[in-house]
Amino acid sequence: MSKLQQAIDNLHEADREAAKRSGKSRIHPVSRLCVCMAYIGIVVSFHKYDVTGLLGMSLFIIITGILEDLSFIRGFQRIKYILVFVVLLGAVNPFLDKGIVMQTGSIAVTGGMLSMITLLIKGILTVYCAYHMFMCTGIEQLCRALRCLKVPKGGVTVVLLIYRYIIVLLKEIQRMSLAYRLRAPGQKGIHIKAWGSFAGLLLLRSMERAQNVYDSMLLRGYDGEFRYEILGQEKTGKGLSIAYTAGWIGIFILLRCFPVVQMVGDMIISPGR
Amino acid sequence: MVNLDHLTFTYDGNREVLSDISFHLKAGETVGLIGANGAGKSTLLKILTGLLTDYKGQVKLDGMDVNKKNLAAVREKTGYVFQDSESQLFLSTVYEDVAFGPRNYGYSEEEVQKKVMSALQQVHIEELKDRPIYRMSGGQKKLAAIATILSMEPEVILFDEPSVGLDPKNRRNLINIINRIGGLKIIASHDLDMIFDTCDKTILIEKGKLIFYGETAKILTDQRLLEESGLELPLSMQIRDGNRKINT
Ligand SMILES: Nc1ncnc2c1ncn2[C@@H]1O[C@H](COP(=O)(O)OP(=O)(O)OP(=O)(O)O)[C@@H](O)[C@H]1O
Ligand SMILES: [Mg+2]
Repeated sequence: MSKLQQAIDNLHEADREAAKRSGKSRIHPVSRLCVCMAYIGIVVSFHKYDVTGLLGMSLFIIITGILEDLSFIRGFQRIKYILVFVVLLGAVNPFLDKGIVMQTGSIAVTGGMLSMITLLIKGILTVYCAYHMFMCTGIEQLCRALRCLKVPKGGVTVVLLIYRYIIVLLKEIQRMSLAYRLRAPGQKGIHIKAWGSFAGLLLLRSMERAQNVYDSMLLRGYDGEFRYEILGQEKTGKGLSIAYTAGWIGIFILLRCFPVVQMVGDMIISPGR
Repeated sequence: MVNLDHLTFTYDGNREVLSDISFHLKAGETVGLIGANGAGKSTLLKILTGLLTDYKGQVKLDGMDVNKKNLAAVREKTGYVFQDSESQLFLSTVYEDVAFGPRNYGYSEEEVQKKVMSALQQVHIEELKDRPIYRMSGGQKKLAAIATILSMEPEVILFDEPSVGLDPKNRRNLINIINRIGGLKIIASHDLDMIFDTCDKTILIEKGKLIFYGETAKILTDQRLLEESGLELPLSMQIRDGNRKINT
């Protein structure tokens, strides 16, 4: 299977998995979105040398993964390209901040090294959090949540269309490169001379198809609102959703304000005191 | 139900893609729309659903002008089966996609479920309900696309090349489906045999001009007129003529 086909399949697969999970979820998408945003905000706000504190925040990711039956490995495969960016970003740090903050035996730990580690952890945690949130809501419910939070219709529609456009674009690339390869056998990739017209044509064709998708949405009554409610979520899920939101945000604040991991660690190491 | 008066349309302001078209269609009719490639069939259907509104002349649906102001009402009454079913379907599974329309019209989830199941039953693809759309064949996608429209129970259904890509059995199936569903149906197609099997009336357009509007049997047996418009007699007619020639 080609890389492109794999990417398309991956996207479809994730989309379907998310839709399926979201259809069964009793927690309102707004709750999930709020918890996710609070999480990201708090993770980012940790001090740049506070590695232990950040490790405590991974609790949320792990628990969500287990409760929602999300595979960490499959998740990693899906978000690895985003993580590459995070690693590249973090890798600059040791060269910027050379002040020594810690001495473990003969190894001097510079501020840059520590902040690289925290940046990496922050990156991984926030990307995983967003990924988990998406996998539990799906694009439709996510857009519904945005509308509930009074994000303007236009903005939400743009989010939705960009998401759909990615798949349309990938498929169009696949179709066009197949057509090209069939008529240029034995050639590796696309000849550089053809790039310009290829890109132009790609844009036109994918835009036309995206227009069709949008037309199809409009013709079936889409007007920027998401009225679709998950069965049972409104009735029985209300208390649960509120508890979920309040509970997690409470835990995040606790983890942020007190060195909980440190305290637990101290307790385990010296229980006698 | 659908009234066109002196409809003229151009995409770019110069070349008229449709010029001075008038006809009246009644509820419950099934009307064929035929013409060579580029004749303007798809354009006409898009005007009827309100996707293209910058036309000259008058287009009325159920007594209501088809314009930007009435768009929501127009779309509630019409369903449009795209030429390219791939772009018509954008959700993850057949069920989700067929449910999209009813959900947008605010039906409760129980009602949505009923509508979806009934639509899937009408095109005989209940067993594809939970299938991911991207793993379906072209013909299956076509049937799913038709189901997405049926679930909204529109009064007017516009089909753009519905039989393309269907195998003989599914094509026959589609003809039966079209004959069974109620409401006004307008079918743009090059499959003249299908038009013959489904439509009472037929409209022939050539280069944007209305050439003929009347009984299907009349136009589809008129070899001269069809050939002048870049079409051919339907296969079933050719065979019949052939037999007749052999017999005499
Ligand atoms: N978006 C557009 N912009 C400009 N011209 C267009 C556009 N879409 C179609 N046309 C032109 O309008 C004319 C009618 O096109 P239309 O798609 O309605 O034909 P059609 O009868 O559906 O043909 P086919 O049988 O090939 O589907 C064609 O000459 C076409 O080139
Ligand atoms: Mg067409």
